[in-house]
Amino acid sequence: MTGVDVAMLIVVVFGGASALLVVSARNVVHAALYLVVALLAVAVTFLLAGAEFLAWTQVLVYVGAVIVLILFGLMLTRAPIGPVAKETDVGRFLPVAVSVALFAMLMTGIWISFDGVRLAVDAPTTTAALGDVLYIEWAFPFMALGFFLTVSLIGAIIIARREEGEGPAPQLDTEVAPGRPVPAPTDASASPGVTAPAQEVVR
Amino acid sequence: MVSDYAWLIPALPALAAAIIAAFGKRMARKGAEVGIAAVALALLLALAIAVEVFSANVATVAELEAAHESEEHAAGQGVQVAMAGDRAAALAAADGEAIEIPEGLEAFVHERGVTLAQFQGDEGFEAGIRIDGLVAMMFLLVTFVSLMVQIYSTGYMHGDARYTYFFALLSVFTASMLLLVIANNLMLTLVGWELVGVCSYLLIGFWWEEKVNSDAAIKAFLTTKLGDVGLIVGVVTLWGMFRTFNITEIITMVGEGVQAGEAALNQGMLTFALLALFLGAVGKSAQFPLHTWLPDAMAGPTPVSALIHAATMVTAGVFLIARLYPLFQASPTAMTVIAVIGAITLFGAGLLALVQDDVKRVLAYSTISQLGYMVAALAFSYTAGIFHLFTHGFFKALLFLGSGSLIHGVHSNNMSDMGGLRKPMPVTFWTFLIGSLALAAIPPLAGFWSKDEILAGALSAGGATGTLVLVLGALGGLVTAFYMTRAMFLIFAGEYRGHGHPHESPASMRWPLVALAVPAALIGFVNLPFDFAHASGFSAWTMFSLEYFESHAAQFVVPLALAASAAAVIGIGLGWRLYRTSPSLDEDPMLRMGAFTRTLQNKYYLDELYHHGVVRPIRDGIAQGAYWLNDNVIDRIVYLAGAGATSVGRFTYDYADQRGIDAGVNGLAGGANAFGRDVLRKMQSGNIQRYAGAMFVGVIVLAIAFAVA
Amino acid sequence: MLAVYPLTFAALLFSVGAYGVLARRNAVLVLMSIELMLASVTVNLVVFGHLAAERGDAALTGQVFALFVIAIGAAEVGVGLAIILLLFRNRASINIDDADLMKY
Repeated sequence: MTGVDVAMLIVVVFGGASALLVVSARNVVHAALYLVVALLAVAVTFLLAGAEFLAWTQVLVYVGAVIVLILFGLMLTRAPIGPVAKETDVGRFLPVAVSVALFAMLMTGIWISFDGVRLAVDAPTTTAALGDVLYIEWAFPFMALGFFLTVSLIGAIIIARREEGEGPAPQLDTEVAPGRPVPAPTDASASPGVTAPAQEVVR
Repeated sequence: MVSDYAWLIPALPALAAAIIAAFGKRMARKGAEVGIAAVALALLLALAIAVEVFSANVATVAELEAAHESEEHAAGQGVQVAMAGDRAAALAAADGEAIEIPEGLEAFVHERGVTLAQFQGDEGFEAGIRIDGLVAMMFLLVTFVSLMVQIYSTGYMHGDARYTYFFALLSVFTASMLLLVIANNLMLTLVGWELVGVCSYLLIGFWWEEKVNSDAAIKAFLTTKLGDVGLIVGVVTLWGMFRTFNITEIITMVGEGVQAGEAALNQGMLTFALLALFLGAVGKSAQFPLHTWLPDAMAGPTPVSALIHAATMVTAGVFLIARLYPLFQASPTAMTVIAVIGAITLFGAGLLALVQDDVKRVLAYSTISQLGYMVAALAFSYTAGIFHLFTHGFFKALLFLGSGSLIHGVHSNNMSDMGGLRKPMPVTFWTFLIGSLALAAIPPLAGFWSKDEILAGALSAGGATGTLVLVLGALGGLVTAFYMTRAMFLIFAGEYRGHGHPHESPASMRWPLVALAVPAALIGFVNLPFDFAHASGFSAWTMFSLEYFESHAAQFVVPLALAASAAAVIGIGLGWRLYRTSPSLDEDPMLRMGAFTRTLQNKYYLDELYHHGVVRPIRDGIAQGAYWLNDNVIDRIVYLAGAGATSVGRFTYDYADQRGIDAGVNGLAGGANAFGRDVLRKMQSGNIQRYAGAMFVGVIVLAIAFAVA
Repeated sequence: MLAVYPLTFAALLFSVGAYGVLARRNAVLVLMSIELMLASVTVNLVVFGHLAAERGDAALTGQVFALFVIAIGAAEVGVGLAIILLLFRNRASINIDDADLMKY
């Protein structure tokens, strides 16, 4: 049991726990924050596997950009800032069953194939080596990736653009926790919850 | 030779009938001209054929006589002016010797035919013609009388609504009768026989608007139809025996005494066949007991009576017997039956004529009586029978046309409405007189020669039947003379008893009377029994077999002739005595003879007998029973079959189809529908997460499947 | 380290992410769960890349692949959020259950 193994185990625990919390958090913003933790755990895993560049790229892109994007999205869609009472819908059994079955299947495959296999990480991968491979062998896909990102950027803009003559974003009708007032149907700039007095948190 | 064209003789009137039927109404004389022209042409052709046939036969006889100059045969030829006993002796002397005929000499027979259908060897159906002396004679009679009748009809039927139809029917009838005569096989004869029957029905019921006429037509048709059953049985039996319908072949086989496939002739079956054929003749030629239709048939127009019921159709039965004479010769039983029936008929009918008031009925019964003479004559002598047929055709047609002239002038059939017509209708009177004298067999008119030949034949034959025919025939002669005299006086003598204005008939009706009076008077001379006439006379003309001709010479027994003439004169005298004053109906002596009169007036109660004995049981009994059977049993079976099929169908529809198959199909469809509606549709929930879940489950399943496999 | 650990971690992340995709009501939360799944995929790729390199495959292929996945995942989040915004604008709700017009 080397130190790497121990570190890995800790990462697994923390990452797994935060992942579980992501999917079960009442507060959506909390869920986003838990996601940050999970993604950081993934980054640590990269480090332990010797992929430094990849780890920091993960942090940069995901934690830095994607989470921010998600938080913006939550804000723009008037996600309830407080805890939501009725969380999931009927039939929680099926998703649980499916995910458990998935996990079982994957674990079966992993245990059968990779039990006892050691990952030999002698030295961390140098960025130079990665760059070499990336720009020489995988040059074309790399360019395509840039192109792809441009296109998706443009596409996202087009999709989310507000048309001429369209009114303000409509109000949310998601059920809020009892006690919290329904946000008054004011103009778009009004953010819910600012004018409301402090309420008890209902979990 | 001319006989090759003999088929034209029936064809011309048939064609005329078609033309009249199609175009008659548009023609100038409404089709009469076509009919008269056709039958006149046929007459000319018949004359040509007669010349050919008769001269051929005469030449044959002359050759034969030249070949037999020996004394052995001298007694068999020439004048037979001898008593009956001598004749028998002469025959006995020549008995042991066969009459030798030189090779190649035979009576004229010309035959042509086409085969219509063939089966099994030589058997088959053919359509062909056979011309011999008998046929040529019939041609002359039929075409001449038909021509006279058609010319007469232009006057008699003038103005009738169905004038054209009448002429078409007359042509059809003439064609049918000629077909019957010309046929060379029994099937074709049968066809002609039935056709004349149908034409008779149509013509008797010509004025069918009155029920009396249509009833008479049906009575005629059905009564002759009864006889036709016998005819068909006879023809089929003959076919069974000889395996052919062809007359020549049958006669040849009988002549050799053989039958098809056997060495000897089955006498019993031949007699049966001949008696069956004779039944047909009894029906068609109005012999006792199937004579009842002929008097009622007088309901038809008088030209019809003259043509059909005097000269042509009713002689078809006599013709048939003459045609198959060699067969009848082979069966003495059949000959006996013929003689007896003929004798009964001739006398019984003669008596019935005594009490009639309707002039046409007198002539009708007279016809029946004369037909009886012909039939009885055939029992003893071929020539006698057909010679009487020949002469009778002329004078009876004359008498009928004369009666038509009387009816036309007086507008009544009854003699009680006539009287004293000699002055207003002279032509009618003189021709009627000639006809009556001929009928009464007063020499030298035609009837004398033919009737005398009959009596002589009966005399020489001897035996029970010969005597019967002789006695009844002689008495019949007396009766005949008496009733004709009665008729003459009632019509032409005394005062006019009617209410109209009697007038002579138009020219179209007078000329045929005159034209017929000539042969009525003179035609008897073609068969004089004297030596110079014998070899070139009627018996030579109409011979069908040289052997027969040789062995049956014409007979003339002077004492018998004198006796018969005396009987006729007595009859005339009686009639003159009783009817000289032309009494009215109340004073008519014949009608005041009590039971005798009553029996005769009721026609021996035969009509009642037939009605109650035959018609009522069949019509009211058997026919009703058959109708009930048909309605309730047969129809019920059919109905039940139908109902059964319907119910099976309905059951199949309800259960098998509706509940079974359709339910299955509908159930299948409904199941699919329900499945889709309630199950499959719900899968499209629109819920993305459900879809994603399904995808994951699918991945798991696939993974397991691949892992296991 | 034992390869099992990171692989288990990846499997865990994947399953949890699957649960989140199936169970969460908020569309943005579903998107976050998808990000979890993508992260697990990248971990897998790196590990297998190492294992493959040991067995003679080209070096660093796994890492390059993981890099691509990260980039594409980011783009996908952007587009996905744009779609969710549009959905929110038209329907006034980002409850996925309300977006069921494709229902029977």
